[in-house]
Amino acid sequence: MSTNIWVWIAALLSLCIFSYLYKDNPAFRFAEHLFTGLSVGYLIVLYWNNYALPYIITPLADKRWITLIPMLIGMMYLFRFVPKLNHLILIPIAISLGFWNGMSIPLTIEADVLKQVQGTMINTSMLSNIWHPQNGLAVGLMVLVGVISTISYFYFSREHKGVLRFSSNIGIWFVMIGFGATFGYTVMARVSLLIARMQFLFTDWIHLIK
Amino acid sequence: MRRMLTGLILLGTATVLLSAPPGTDRAAGPEPVPLNPPCGVQAFDKPNDAGQAITIQWQASPDEASGLVEGYEVFRAESPEAPESLWVRVGYVPYGFTSYEDQDVPRNGVDYYYLVRSKNQTQSAASGFSNPARSSEQWFNTMRINALVGSILFVIIVVYFISMAKRGQHLFVRRIAGLTAVEEAVGRATEMGRPILYVPGLSSITDVATIAALNILGQVAKKTAEYDTPLLVPNRDPVVFTVAQEIVKEAYSEIGRPDAYNHDSVFYLTDSQMGYASGVDGIMSREKPATNFFMGMFWAESLILAETGAATGAIQIAGTDAVHQLPFFITACDYTLIGEELYAASAYLSREPMLLGTLKGQDWSKAVIYLLLLLGVGLSFLSPGIREFILNLLTVG
Repeated sequence: MSTNIWVWIAALLSLCIFSYLYKDNPAFRFAEHLFTGLSVGYLIVLYWNNYALPYIITPLADKRWITLIPMLIGMMYLFRFVPKLNHLILIPIAISLGFWNGMSIPLTIEADVLKQVQGTMINTSMLSNIWHPQNGLAVGLMVLVGVISTISYFYFSREHKGVLRFSSNIGIWFVMIGFGATFGYTVMARVSLLIARMQFLFTDWIHLIK
Repeated sequence: MRRMLTGLILLGTATVLLSAPPGTDRAAGPEPVPLNPPCGVQAFDKPNDAGQAITIQWQASPDEASGLVEGYEVFRAESPEAPESLWVRVGYVPYGFTSYEDQDVPRNGVDYYYLVRSKNQTQSAASGFSNPARSSEQWFNTMRINALVGSILFVIIVVYFISMAKRGQHLFVRRIAGLTAVEEAVGRATEMGRPILYVPGLSSITDVATIAALNILGQVAKKTAEYDTPLLVPNRDPVVFTVAQEIVKEAYSEIGRPDAYNHDSVFYLTDSQMGYASGVDGIMSREKPATNFFMGMFWAESLILAETGAATGAIQIAGTDAVHQLPFFITACDYTLIGEELYAASAYLSREPMLLGTLKGQDWSKAVIYLLLLLGVGLSFLSPGIREFILNLLTVG
């Protein structure tokens, strides 16, 4: 058994959370509330150190007065506590939305459209080795059919009837197969998280595994 | 005895050899052949960048082919006559590479000279100096003109459809399967006398999925106001929390029941991802909502939330554009809006011209991509030259 008090606290809290596997109980509730409360406190300190200090306090201390502009815009969020000026919080929200849209539209077109279209294009060189697992015609065709049919599933301007229905049905199959693969992959990652917690309990806490 | 004598002789020989002065040829073999330097060093400003970067290119040392070169060191100075101490080592590339990008050029508009040194464990040989090169920043990245054209086209299409929607023209959007369940879910909660839990995702207000989730929240809030069903909206982001509170309040006012609006129904939990998940799980297990909505952006907590909700027996409707979380929602929820269906749902429910126009614009953009793909594939088979041309057209720098 460990003699470290922090290991004990971590282990007991882990058990409190695991106790939910039986049913909701006061031990689980205690751990849950503690975690939520701690995270709020922790994040306040984190935000102070990661945002307020480097982006406001330090630049202002260095007399970089331009910082006052974004600071004042950000402070407009506080108008939410002034009922008469409540509507002014729309200004910082609009600025951040506009900024992010401007940033993300070209990036999305680059990454999700141009590069994807480029990667989907089958070509004559694929004819030389039809069954190559990466650059063969069979894989190329599968990707092409997958992309075209999936796009048709996400077409909302027409009812899914006739050809569109056929195409979108194939598309949803591709989508589901993709999700299945993702599911398995992520479950593996989750199992490794559980293994890590078990290792902590059996190795660091009760020293059953050495 | 003989073995001892042999050992002593060997030890003595080794000691003499090891204590020989530096530079003495211990093996008494031939002198090592001096290493050949690389040649033809050229330096030029890195194009289409924000400045302070210079690209250096050279021809490999002839010794590279025989495996004598391990790599190349790149040095920079402000003058070719600078003493050795003023040549700054800016980088190293292993053999096989004949270029390097100096990303730490101290100043734009100042001439710098480079030399490259071929290197192995015992020797090195310096090339001649490069031409002077000065870094500069460019206003436009010409390698991204295709993205600019694409963005402009997309914006034009979206603006056109928004203006059509604003003029009152009917824009058809097909019915989405998961949406039929919304009314049913609210009705079920009302019958059971239990609340509805609405999680507007864990992302910030700048996320499109969050905006879509808030639009759907407005519609759900109208229904809860109509049926007088309690609504719980826990939030992770303070700005989303503010907006969600306003949306729910407005929805209750629109239905004509501002008095039924409970200010505490929309509340802030914590900014911590797992802290939030833990809090929402607690709410689900204690309040036992009849319906759970998970709309917006989710990460690793998606399965934790959906699984707990399923365990409490609630009807669950989820919608997200997070591809990696969708499988969890599909398995643990009753209805799932997949990816863009989330945006379509918000447009369909709200019938807002802005959202309808955007959705239509996206649909037309998809049609353009569809045609581009088919055209590209068709033309690629006609000639490899055309294929190269299309690929270059789509390449982003």
